[in-house]
Amino acid sequence: MKTVDTASGDKTQSRPAKFVTWQEAFGAVPQRNAPFETVSCEPVPPLVTEHDVAGLDADTDIGLPGQFPFTRGPYASMYRTRLWTMRQFAGFGSASDTNARFKYLLERGQDGLSVAFDLPTLMGYDADHEHSVGEVGRCGVAVSSLADMETLFDGVPMAEVTTSMTINSPAAIVWAMYLVTAQKQGCKLEQLGGTTQNDILKEYIAQKEYIFPPAPSMRLVVDTMDFAAKHVPRWHPVSISGYHIREAGSTAVQELAFTLADGFAYVEACMERGMDVDSFAPRLSHFFNSHVDFFEEIAKFRAARRIYARRMRDKYGAKSQRSQTLRFHTQTAGCSLTAQQPYNNIVRTTWEALAGVLGGTQSLHTNSMDETFALPTEKAVKIALRTQQLIAYESGVANTIDPLAGSWFVEDLTNRMEQAAEEIFEQIDEMGGVIAAIEKGWFQREIARSAYQYQREVEAGHQVIIGVNHHKEDEQEEEKIDLLEISLDSEREQVARLHKVKSTRSAAKVEESLARIRTDANGSVNLMPAFMQAAEAYVTLGEMTDVLREEFGTYRETPTF
Amino acid sequence: MEQPIRVLVAKPGLDGHDRGAKVVAAALRDAGMEVIYGGLHQTPEAIVQMAVQEDVDAVGLSILSGAHMTLFPKVKEHLNRAGAESILLTGGGIISAGDMDKLEKLGVGQLFGPGSRLADLVDYIEKEVARRRTATRSA
Amino acid sequence: MTELASLDEQELVVRLRRGDQRACARLMTWAERNDPRFAVQHRAFCDELGVAQRIGITGPPGAGKSTLVEGLASHWRESDDRKIGVVAVDPTSPFTGGALLGDRVRMSRLVLDPGVFIRSMATRGVFGGLARATDDLADVLDLFGCHSIMVETVGVGQSEVDIARSCDLTLVVLHPGGGDTIQAMKAGLMEVADIYVVNKADMPGVDRLVQELFDVLELREIPEDQQPPILTAVASTGQGVPELAEAIDGMVRDRRDSGRQAERRQDNLERRIRRLVDGRLRHEVWQARGLSDLLHQRLAEGGKLSAYELADEVLDQYQQAAGHPANLLGNISQTDPEDSP
Repeated sequence: MKTVDTASGDKTQSRPAKFVTWQEAFGAVPQRNAPFETVSCEPVPPLVTEHDVAGLDADTDIGLPGQFPFTRGPYASMYRTRLWTMRQFAGFGSASDTNARFKYLLERGQDGLSVAFDLPTLMGYDADHEHSVGEVGRCGVAVSSLADMETLFDGVPMAEVTTSMTINSPAAIVWAMYLVTAQKQGCKLEQLGGTTQNDILKEYIAQKEYIFPPAPSMRLVVDTMDFAAKHVPRWHPVSISGYHIREAGSTAVQELAFTLADGFAYVEACMERGMDVDSFAPRLSHFFNSHVDFFEEIAKFRAARRIYARRMRDKYGAKSQRSQTLRFHTQTAGCSLTAQQPYNNIVRTTWEALAGVLGGTQSLHTNSMDETFALPTEKAVKIALRTQQLIAYESGVANTIDPLAGSWFVEDLTNRMEQAAEEIFEQIDEMGGVIAAIEKGWFQREIARSAYQYQREVEAGHQVIIGVNHHKEDEQEEEKIDLLEISLDSEREQVARLHKVKSTRSAAKVEESLARIRTDANGSVNLMPAFMQAAEAYVTLGEMTDVLREEFGTYRETPTF
Repeated sequence: MEQPIRVLVAKPGLDGHDRGAKVVAAALRDAGMEVIYGGLHQTPEAIVQMAVQEDVDAVGLSILSGAHMTLFPKVKEHLNRAGAESILLTGGGIISAGDMDKLEKLGVGQLFGPGSRLADLVDYIEKEVARRRTATRSA
Repeated sequence: MTELASLDEQELVVRLRRGDQRACARLMTWAERNDPRFAVQHRAFCDELGVAQRIGITGPPGAGKSTLVEGLASHWRESDDRKIGVVAVDPTSPFTGGALLGDRVRMSRLVLDPGVFIRSMATRGVFGGLARATDDLADVLDLFGCHSIMVETVGVGQSEVDIARSCDLTLVVLHPGGGDTIQAMKAGLMEVADIYVVNKADMPGVDRLVQELFDVLELREIPEDQQPPILTAVASTGQGVPELAEAIDGMVRDRRDSGRQAERRQDNLERRIRRLVDGRLRHEVWQARGLSDLLHQRLAEGGKLSAYELADEVLDQYQQAAGHPANLLGNISQTDPEDSP
């Protein structure tokens, strides 16, 4: 991002005398010994005035809520009509453990469910695969077949509750299991609302939970978008995610630009398949991180909406307002939490959540204070949920729309975010697009460098983290908190359940549905019906993914530093 | 002249969050070490095979998935089986102090949890490798 | 299994012959560090060397060399169960002295195959010159029983090109796109190729690159029957790899039968000996005789100095000091002669 020159010499000639006086007074006193930069290592000016946003047009650049370019929000009434969805991500151990946590959260006022899957599921392995040893149910819930999905949503009214599923490479298969489970509960596909993360590009860029090479992966994404547009109209088939890019160590601007670039790549892929932009764009959603630098985050959210609206309308010809509006989920920054003095994490999470709300988020997950150690305990999750409720009902910030609009500092920062993102888009275009840049390792290298620079600044004490490099306490002094323990029995039980499923299903149906997946994978038809047929026959996730591995091949990245 | 320290940095298991592994690899390089990057999604067997062929002084594993109580012991077991018990096994991730103690009893070196300083890790590897090299020479 | 620490060097070689990878790896470490124990062992086992075919693989960054090495190794493992050795050389950071060696990741499919031994090497970790070390490492792999040894380097500088040349056969790998080809030509890569591989042949620009190569060969006026073949491949999918493996094997056979391999090995041996002697001499002059100190001292005195005058002074001092020339070759250096000032 360009450095700012406020309070430096360049512009002073046109400045009023009062400003010059301020500048002299400012220069006459010593400043604190601090770097005055954001958590993205960007310098922050001491003062921003009207002068810095002279080029800003209040009408075309900021506008009004629910109006192009949607800088002030995607909807006209925002939180005056409906608060953001409070959606806590949860999942651990077996499907029945998670099912119990879901019911706990719904009873305490949570609005929507959000499923975390374990690593074997995310990588398309069944619980009994050799690579799954030690990982089953650790970071999320294990779902190896339809039977697990049925247990997971037992007693949950799937037509009423929206569900977000954090799954990427095998998203189409897991979604197929979800759809079949809902049908078996008696729901119609058109009633179902929710989100599959299904953002494979950021896996190559940041989270590295990929299975197949980019081309067939993109085909799976487009298949789900096409299927959703035709049969599950309330579903958000892709949640274009910057969260993981940021957690991997990117700056705020990189998160913004890389995420939007990924989203535009999906738009282009769908248009290449012949889909009308207004048929699928209304169901695209985004997912951002909210880190500790309060204003930088708010500016990022506002810039995201403006960039998106302009590109969708001007470059892709989107006509419907819903196609032009960027709606997003926010999660507070896991990487900002510290293992040291964990109660401080509640406070960090509070203002990160507040930044998400002031940035106009549509839904929010607040991290629990204990997440640097393990998956959260019920008590910690409850505090995290209460944090959102406190912001919503006590702080008063939800009473008015986009209260920071017109702040010279916030508007200037929003402008600079937009400019910096546009420059990154140009670089990506020059490399031949997102996938070409992934294959060159460009995103990965940029993120690795930012992460390393940040870490060095932390160690040098330029970036202050309370409890880590400032105001440290001895181990004895530090308060210990209770942690969630997941027993290793859970893995054995999951494997046993899987074997039971395998021994009670029809082998002929399994063969038949796997053969269909193979045929369809080699053809160009939408794979979703084949996945649903296989799910219904209790074909496992691993079995379906293995066929795709054989037909599509697997991806391996070239490491960059 | 002291020979450069060779370290294998790898991520066992299915977790792909490689921020820690990469930052550590870069820091060790900048501390003058030769870092062999073993990459993502490696099995314990593969990690030990790489460590043996590369004749490294230390193996650093990054595990954030909670599978450390399975993966560290497995790597240690394979190292011992390969006659490579003198290779320092260290690493970091989301690992509780209690688990670190348990792993230390199995012969795993110091582990570094969230908020650890790179400088401490570099320092630990330098000292521990120097100690082991001296022990090896006098043996 | 006993730890290596308790073994002396003979036992190490015995264990290596039994197929112990850890022993093989340790001998390579000695070679890399120019440990005197390696030179001693080398005299003992050098009769047994020369069995393996040594293939140098070089080319600009991003050409897909590691993936191609993986493809060739996999092919040979499957076709005739050939034991494979790989030495992957990556540059050391000139700023920190450390190195990040990442080639293994692109060969990850070979990791658990006991018939493949892969070793990564940093250019600066090497004492006594890069080509010295790669020759030694390849010798260890030869002794270890590898049938084919591939030495992979980034073709960016003269020392990397030297390594490629000191093998029996040199592959230059190029890929379409960017200005890399021209760079590669500048680095002298074009002259050392026995086979050109145009990798990533599924990308646009392949035909143009192949044509450019033909044009370059034409300019060099090499008789048609001696022109290096140009093959295309897509290493990531394995396309073209069997053909390349066949071309390599065929060329090795022809050269062995025609006596050209022996000639090349003789040339390489001569160069290798000269390198060793150069290295030792340099070490002798600068370190063993303390002439680096003399030079620094003279430079510190300041004033305008002729470089020629100082060079003569150093050499005069050396001749005076070197009363015992026989000592020159007996002294096996422990430090890096090529790193001397």
